[in-house]
Amino acid sequence: MLTKQYDPLKGKILEVLDYKGKIVNEKLEPKIDDETLLKMYKTMVLGRIADVKALQYQRQGRMLTYAPIKGQEAAQVGVIAALEKQDWMVPAFREMAGMLYKGASLKQLYLYWYGNEEGNHFDEDLRILPISVPIASQINHGAGVAYAAKVQKKEEVAVAYVGDGGTSHGEFHEGVNFAAVFDLPLIVIIQNNQWAISTPREVQTKAETLAQKAVAYGIQGIQVDGNDPLAMYIAVQEARKRAIKGEGPTIIEALTYRLGPHTTSDDPTIYRKDEDVAYWEERDPIIRFKQYLIDKKLWTEKDDEKYNKETTDFVNKTFKEVEKTGLIELDEVFKYTFETMTKDVAEQLADYKEYLKEAK
Amino acid sequence: MPVETILSAITNTLDEQMAKDDTIVVFGEDVGFEGGVFRATKGLQQKYGKERSFDSPLAESAIIGSAVGMAVNGLKPVPEIQFQGFVLPAFNQIVAHVARYRTRTKGTYSLPMVIRMPYGGGIRALEHHSESLESLFAHIPGLKVVIPSTPYDAKGLLTSALQDPDPVLFFEPKRIYRAFKQEIPDKEFKVPLGKAKVVKKGTDITVVAWGALVREVEKAIKLLGDDINVELIDLRTIQPYDKDTLVESVKKTGRFLVVHEAYKSFGPGAELISTINEKAFLYLEAPPTRLSGFDITVPLPKGEHHFIITPERIAHEIKKVVNF
Repeated sequence: MLTKQYDPLKGKILEVLDYKGKIVNEKLEPKIDDETLLKMYKTMVLGRIADVKALQYQRQGRMLTYAPIKGQEAAQVGVIAALEKQDWMVPAFREMAGMLYKGASLKQLYLYWYGNEEGNHFDEDLRILPISVPIASQINHGAGVAYAAKVQKKEEVAVAYVGDGGTSHGEFHEGVNFAAVFDLPLIVIIQNNQWAISTPREVQTKAETLAQKAVAYGIQGIQVDGNDPLAMYIAVQEARKRAIKGEGPTIIEALTYRLGPHTTSDDPTIYRKDEDVAYWEERDPIIRFKQYLIDKKLWTEKDDEKYNKETTDFVNKTFKEVEKTGLIELDEVFKYTFETMTKDVAEQLADYKEYLKEAK
Repeated sequence: MPVETILSAITNTLDEQMAKDDTIVVFGEDVGFEGGVFRATKGLQQKYGKERSFDSPLAESAIIGSAVGMAVNGLKPVPEIQFQGFVLPAFNQIVAHVARYRTRTKGTYSLPMVIRMPYGGGIRALEHHSESLESLFAHIPGLKVVIPSTPYDAKGLLTSALQDPDPVLFFEPKRIYRAFKQEIPDKEFKVPLGKAKVVKKGTDITVVAWGALVREVEKAIKLLGDDINVELIDLRTIQPYDKDTLVESVKKTGRFLVVHEAYKSFGPGAELISTINEKAFLYLEAPPTRLSGFDITVPLPKGEHHFIITPERIAHEIKKVVNF
């Protein structure tokens, strides 16, 4: 069992690919079909380009506040790739690449950061819960989804995301504990990107690792190189097997780094050093995964160039479509408070329309 | 006299009071090293050290719950909640403990503390960053709720709050944090809690607002020109609010409009109008009225314009009440 071999209390970190893209542990290399490997890589690159562009659009005043994912693509795509279609993704707010892999469209994901509720209006069969900004609150939702799967004997797991900062929150504890007590099929992915806005991981916990928190809950936990998509894949694969067998939740700590700011409102140069960023830029998940695919003869630099160009065009085209959506209609913002609008709210809307007519 | 924004007035008041009272500690998410996401506590850690200005782990209930213990044991905590939309995990601590400690212990413990948080909409922010939840807190016995609308009041009210024997929630209208500057005295002064300010005297209608909306009403008054003579009152303290000033004003004008961004139903306007009905009913020439946020979740930015109360809408509502 990987969680035994890579015991976080013994300082072990699960790795398959090193940062140069070489296999460091041949026995652990997963047998993933070529099509899936390419889909994983392409989604990571799409996530990256969409991320870099989103930041640019925001700087041009065309996009609103946005939370970048740069550097964390493997910790997202490696996870979702190991799931089945019927599994549930319970995001925090920095999982765009994972959501893309799960089937959300870029247009929709952009719409969220463009300030439109349509960005959370996923098709039901995608099984993606809405983005959750209140820190760690979604862990409890994941526990509930997992409970429902278990009692209805559905072969599904829930994967809930949280950040390193989120592990300090009461709701992290409450959700993991709830899932542990009932042996629920929940996988908690902690994207430990080292920073919660300006607060470093050391201020969040005295514990050496976040994965070791699993010990106190009586469940499995593992620390994984979060910039290694293959390591993330096998960690989730094993956790999923356990979850489906009724052996309870797993905490997977993905060691990664937020290469960008917390959001576009944040200036990370105030609180962190350039050399730390440079260290992690060298460990970019995309660089190593590309090399792995090139070594496997699945991909070439030429393919890469072509795909990057096509993807950039696609992202630009998508954002133009997003911009065309413009402002939200008045009726839309009133429509979803309840299934049937209450009489009082209907009156408020009618009065406001009357005002708009008179104000013309 | 120094020229200050609301934000810089808050920072400088914290600085002034921390220099004077070494029991004051400021803390919260990103509050220490960086000085908060809005920089309201900027420079305080550098000046007063890491024990008096610090970054907490990311957990609102721990921030407020630990403030209870600090206040019991001789400190004066000034916790910051990063955005009002994130206070809810600490709601239990605030309602179940902060508000009740004095009552439960018959005054053995009184929990002097100031819980600061930016609130309100209109900055095209993400989800949970645009709420106006003052009535949730004003509803609870034992909590004082204060909202400044100018740099002068920010300093004067915060000074009063920091020297108050009871817990004070200090809600900062982030939309106007840096919107304008004002000359304010360099030395310590206080604006009393529980006292409204008559911003502009008038005879035709009493309009009450607070926070960012005071300026919006001022703009509405300009739009109306000389036709209607509005008396504008800045409530400044939501709980306990200044009934006398409101009632006295309505007895003179005969008309009452309250403008707030908070949701309508069971909101602060309902409370104020009840008071007007109870205390000035026979003076009324029109039904006391509220212009408020709709009873819908604050929309994301591309729909927020429907929710935001504009000067034009305020002017329109004033005319309606006056021409009733």
